[in-house]
Amino acid sequence: MEFNIILALSFLYIPIFLFLYQLFFGHILKHNTWWISIAGIGINLAISLSLFYQTFLFTPDDKIISGRFNWLSTGNFNLDLGLLIDNMAAFMLLVVSLVSFLVHLYSSEYMKGDSRFSRYYAFLGLFTFSMNGIVLADSITMIYIFWELVGLSSYLIIGFWFEKNSAAMASKKAFLTNRVGDIGMFIGIMMIYFVGDTHSFNLDEIIEKVKMGGIDTTYLSIAGVLIFMGAVGKSAQLPLHIWLPDAMEGPTPASAMIHAATMVAAGVYMALRIFPILTFEALTVIAFIGASTAIFAAIIAITQNDIKKVLAYSTVSQLGYMVLAIGVGSYLAAFFHLVTHAMFKACLFMASGSVIHSMHHSLHELHDHDTDPQDMRNMGGLKNKMPITYAAMLITTLAIAGVPFFSGFVSKDAILAGTLAHYFEHGGYTVFLPLAGFGAAAITAFYMFRLIFLTFHGKPANEKIYEHIHESPSAMTIPLIVLSTLSFSLFYTGSINPLADGSYGWFAKSIGIGHNYVIEVGDHHNHQSHKDSDSHTISDKSHHNDEHHDEKSHYNEKNSHGNHGFTEHVSHAAHAAHYTAMYLSLFVASLGILFSFIVYFLRKVDAEKLYRFFNIFKLYNLSKNKFYVDEIYSNILYKPFMFWSKTASKIDWDFYDQKGIDSLGKITLFVSDRTTKVDYDWLDQIVVDGFGKIANFMSLKFKNIQGGIVQSYILGGLVALILIILFVQQI
Amino acid sequence: MGNLIFLGLVFVIMCSALWVVVSPNLVHSAVSLLVTLFGIAGLYVFLYADFLAATQVVIYVGGILVLIIFGVMLTNKIDKPVIESNSSNKIIGLFVSSFIFSMLSIVILQTNWNLTSGTQGESTVEQIGYLILGKYLLPFELISVLLLASLAGSALLARKKVHE
Amino acid sequence: MNSLQIYLLLSSFLFSLGIYAIISRQNAVAILMGIELILNSANINFIAFNRFTSNLNALDGHLFAMFVIVLAAAEAAVALAIIINLFKNIGTVNVDQASELKG
Repeated sequence: MEFNIILALSFLYIPIFLFLYQLFFGHILKHNTWWISIAGIGINLAISLSLFYQTFLFTPDDKIISGRFNWLSTGNFNLDLGLLIDNMAAFMLLVVSLVSFLVHLYSSEYMKGDSRFSRYYAFLGLFTFSMNGIVLADSITMIYIFWELVGLSSYLIIGFWFEKNSAAMASKKAFLTNRVGDIGMFIGIMMIYFVGDTHSFNLDEIIEKVKMGGIDTTYLSIAGVLIFMGAVGKSAQLPLHIWLPDAMEGPTPASAMIHAATMVAAGVYMALRIFPILTFEALTVIAFIGASTAIFAAIIAITQNDIKKVLAYSTVSQLGYMVLAIGVGSYLAAFFHLVTHAMFKACLFMASGSVIHSMHHSLHELHDHDTDPQDMRNMGGLKNKMPITYAAMLITTLAIAGVPFFSGFVSKDAILAGTLAHYFEHGGYTVFLPLAGFGAAAITAFYMFRLIFLTFHGKPANEKIYEHIHESPSAMTIPLIVLSTLSFSLFYTGSINPLADGSYGWFAKSIGIGHNYVIEVGDHHNHQSHKDSDSHTISDKSHHNDEHHDEKSHYNEKNSHGNHGFTEHVSHAAHAAHYTAMYLSLFVASLGILFSFIVYFLRKVDAEKLYRFFNIFKLYNLSKNKFYVDEIYSNILYKPFMFWSKTASKIDWDFYDQKGIDSLGKITLFVSDRTTKVDYDWLDQIVVDGFGKIANFMSLKFKNIQGGIVQSYILGGLVALILIILFVQQI
Repeated sequence: MGNLIFLGLVFVIMCSALWVVVSPNLVHSAVSLLVTLFGIAGLYVFLYADFLAATQVVIYVGGILVLIIFGVMLTNKIDKPVIESNSSNKIIGLFVSSFIFSMLSIVILQTNWNLTSGTQGESTVEQIGYLILGKYLLPFELISVLLLASLAGSALLARKKVHE
Repeated sequence: MNSLQIYLLLSSFLFSLGIYAIISRQNAVAILMGIELILNSANINFIAFNRFTSNLNALDGHLFAMFVIVLAAAEAAVALAIIINLFKNIGTVNVDQASELKG
């Protein structure tokens, strides 16, 4: 095997080795066992950095390292396993390795003293292995395999403190919700293989077939939506988002890695990988799911008091953004937001973990076991006591709120531009997409700053707790520093200009704008007949506002050839809408920050009165109770299912078993009893013994012949002689 | 004259034999047997079997009959004046014996006997002697062995048990 | 009816009487008497046939009759020994009472 392949495979075998080592031999080094793990992840990080440097030499469509082998082949059915590292995969590997490395470092302090320390690192290793598997996969089945493994790792991590009932239930919920999504994904994969008749699970071969138009678009739409169901489950989109807030029962650094930066991004990553075969209908569905998720989760996050829950809903909301970006066709924007979100969300989680860690210690010293260390209402004014944490959190909050200078602004701006362009193109009901996008942006800014103000500003809620608060050790603050540094925009755009368009930096060049081989732009224009005039004016406008003439002619040429031009078309439309989107997003972000500032910092408006105001339409209650989604599911799904399950069990046990099967047993016993009677009492006693009795009787009668008197014997002989003479001799 | 005596002898034999079998009194039977045997001896004389007649009288009457009378006396409780001897199965016995007699007589009467004339011969003793030590030597010796055996056997059978 | 037939008739008469005695008499000695009668009837047969159907020098019949007499003697002795034993064992010579070997 080539050295390259071995190098690439190190992303798989190093973490799995760490997993096995920590599991079986982790107890050797006791609380220093994290050195082994971090060394392994460090090697991975180094390799991924070297791969990252290589991406500058390649175009988005090139394969840096690729390899494949045939795993299973029976007749017509072929299953290959292979790895593919192109630019996007290299970036993703870097993100995963970096976040994993920092989390390993952070956890050494956070999980110190835990009795299952080595097991924790084993699970982290397993998770890294699975996530790398998804990133490296080049066939959709391989994605599926590691998809399941990631779900398993999530289950193990969430239920890490399984003594707590809530943690055990949360891990179950996470795994099962994931499974529901995976059903759809599996059906979608099989549809592509069998209905689409591709005879291959490899992504490049599937894309080839679609490019040649070999698959009926109706089936392709359905398959696309079904595969996306997997992402709905994994990335916590609207119907299946319920597991992510509950997943906060797990340790915070693991939450940082799994539920903020990487695992939940796996859904988005997978969607990006199958982007070339998604039809327009599928993309529309995806876009609406993403938009609804974004606004829905944001509304819920306003009223949460637990610091980790706020961040969890924030994650759901941001994932909605990424999915929305895919839905409108902005391939680059989605991936961009994925990367930046990984950085700042991981930092946010780790910072909140640092706060919680301090709160824990403080409460422990006060011997107070009742106060919730995660409730923001018990915090306040921590910025003086925990400066580094405060700085990191502030930077990343600014990033997530979409303030210029920070990475979040660039990526979110790209997405919002894409939604606006989509609306300008198609109009009508698609107005929901930009509305949801901008609305969620405003609300995001609001609640994130609410979090900052409640936690770090103002007067402490409890003076005694406040006394014992202190900054976290360096093992915890170094990751914060690293990640918050990476949240500045200049790293991604390559220019100091805070308002720069992210579509032109090195990032954009490496990732490219993606391809879609299904959607035909030419047809699409004819499709939207009622919007013809609008789209015509828009395309004029785009011609007018276009700053990049060289690509324009290119676009016109490609358009005439059919479906090569979708992503170019989208990116051009997004460019056109870029300034509009930028101004709008700046506006809504500042609106949100201002409102939050008024309510929570200046305390000019009482938060309580505000809640009651919104509760006129019961909005506050809706938000606080997460739109009652869990309760709805419980009543519609769980309770009827349990009822029917109990009924079925009753039928089977009480009726079928007790009456049905037991009665068979009783019949058998009854028949056997009767047979015994026939056999014993009748057959034996009467028939068999009867012969004996007959013989007895006859012998009783016949034995009297032998009287013991010899004369009678002689007489008998003579009589016989006479008879013989009479009858035989016929005298 | 001779015929008359002959017929009378036959008649005597028949009656006494009948009385042997039918008599309820055992001693009467024994005595009748005596008469029968004598009669038969007389019959032998008529058949020119002089030696045999003598033998008959000596052995049969003088030996066997005496033995029988011994048996009668030894094996009955002589507490009554008459020693009784009953019969059972009379009818069947009558029927069987009459049937046998009738069959035999039918055979005898219906057979064409090839007779030679019987002449008066000399004494048969000499001839019998010749035959015993000539033609019938082996049976003769065997008979003596048999007599010895029966002698020893009956002596053994009838002795008193020796108590140890 | 010639002389021979008379003798033969007589002997068959004696024979059937002897049969009757064996069948019907209850006393063992009486049965013995019946046996003697039978043997005697056989003797008469031998002698009669010798007299009427063979010449004078062939006295085989006489010899056979003599053997019969000897055998009768031996047999009577043994029979009486048995009867004496029977008497010792069951106290009577009534053969109807000697029926322990019944079925």
